[in-house]
Amino acid sequence: MSGSVGIVSAQRATFEEPLHFSCGKVLPRYELVYETYGTLNADKSNAILICHALSGHHHVAGSYADDSKNIGWWDNMIGPGKPVDTDKFFVIGLNNLGGCHGSTGPSSIDPATGKQYGSSFPMVTVEDWVHAQARLADLLGIKQFAAIIGGSLGGMQAMQWSITYPERVRNVLAIATAPHLTTENIAFNDVARNAILTDPDFHGGDFYLHGVVPKRGLRLARMLGHITYLSDDAMAGKFGRGLRSGEYKYGYNIEFEVESYLRYQGDKFAAYFDANTYLLMTKALDYFDPAQHTEHNLARAFAGVRANFLVVSFSSDWRFSPDRSREIVKALLHNKRNVSYAEVASQHGHDSFLMQDEQYFAVMRNYLQRVAEETR
Amino acid sequence: MNTSIIEARPDFAAIAAWIPQGSSVLDLGCGDGSLLRYLRETREVRGYGVEINERKLATCIANGVNVIHSDLDAGLADFEDQSFDFVILSQTLQATRHTEALMKEIVRVGREGIISFPNFGHWKNRLQIMQGHMPVSKILPYQWYDTPNVHLCTLNDFELLCDHVGIRILGRHVMNDSGDVYLLPNLRGNMAVYRFKRAG
Repeated sequence: MSGSVGIVSAQRATFEEPLHFSCGKVLPRYELVYETYGTLNADKSNAILICHALSGHHHVAGSYADDSKNIGWWDNMIGPGKPVDTDKFFVIGLNNLGGCHGSTGPSSIDPATGKQYGSSFPMVTVEDWVHAQARLADLLGIKQFAAIIGGSLGGMQAMQWSITYPERVRNVLAIATAPHLTTENIAFNDVARNAILTDPDFHGGDFYLHGVVPKRGLRLARMLGHITYLSDDAMAGKFGRGLRSGEYKYGYNIEFEVESYLRYQGDKFAAYFDANTYLLMTKALDYFDPAQHTEHNLARAFAGVRANFLVVSFSSDWRFSPDRSREIVKALLHNKRNVSYAEVASQHGHDSFLMQDEQYFAVMRNYLQRVAEETR
Repeated sequence: MNTSIIEARPDFAAIAAWIPQGSSVLDLGCGDGSLLRYLRETREVRGYGVEINERKLATCIANGVNVIHSDLDAGLADFEDQSFDFVILSQTLQATRHTEALMKEIVRVGREGIISFPNFGHWKNRLQIMQGHMPVSKILPYQWYDTPNVHLCTLNDFELLCDHVGIRILGRHVMNDSGDVYLLPNLRGNMAVYRFKRAG
């Protein structure tokens, strides 16, 4: 009954209107790559925007004609008959500004110089992304989204939409996210950034001009990040103290299974991800704090919010813990917004939001079923 | 739905009778959300349910009910003082662990509280105990060894607790399988609904 959206293809939109960033810089023109699944209805009221997290992109569901193994990162959630049902909704995935999957980012060519932006690319914030996403919505003729959905950093964008454009989003599904990062989270991000910044191949962000890539730094950053996205139980269950060769070798090569896994993940990531994008994404995470403008009162930051909310957290997620989601819920309750909250029992840590889970999917499916009924 | 729900849960109609149109309601231990749905359809209430059972959350959501996944025994810290017209606890009191603390929380968060619970003082329960067994009935369907009910009480006991925690009872509706009970309620009623607020 549930299936894949099938073969998809990315599209590209060019925006000639300058975009002013929170940091003060301006991009005179930029491009966003995106994919869409399902059909936009006549009154354009059935659109859902999927916001990606740190390493995500526009390829959210389906696969490519020339690359059938390249399946969208949230394909288990999105498709015909799936919780985000493409038989009912018109679903948009995009690559955010500053990304490295086709949208304008540090590795894109700056038309003013003919060289990669590198260190000159503006620092991006969640608010900047939301402004850029709104222009894509304008281009597609979507005045109001039926829902905006995101996990982690994506959830922050979904929340920001409800603050910046309260009249443009009817429902926010904020998953495994937080109203701002904890001190510990910022600390983890800074270690990851330092791994990149201190890589001799980084060249202050302009490594493209030197024909090198700060792979060692990016690899370390990913290894550290990856640990924090899992749970102790999940890692113990998957690797335990297992040894590759069954005995201690008394050296620094790969011995424990977990070392092998992390190094593999780090190498894989460093081979395709852009180091500057990683830096930008982690800073966007650190900067996000809608209550910074309201004397750290989140309820007041949400005062203008009109959207209905579904907030979901995962019991083993220590990076974006259930308590952080409850802060969001509490602020919405203060404003008497419609909100439902589910804490899903899960072993997979922060990554749980990408995993298939019966209770998680039932909550998502039933919530979006109501959204579909109200949209008709 | 309404007819079948009212047959299955006679306390729902008694609760609804006390709730004016358009009230704000917090339903503690809301289960599948059927009371809130009933109150929305008959009283146009707005509000939220609180439920600890993960499996019931999706059903609440399907019922169009706002549900907050939370443990009542951990308190109502997410909810502000006097933020609801009514806080309801239907058929859940007997399964709460920190019952006294929860009663105080109900009148902190709600301008009024409404609680329904099975009357352990019902004569059929007394008879079973006199026969040497813990009561098992339609309303109390569990064996003593697998019951979630840790704080069963009689009407008299409940009223003593209200007095003890500074709660003033505003109304009482006692019923049994034949209908409303006015004479000897603590003996003849198997279900009671109370409406109350903070004293003073």
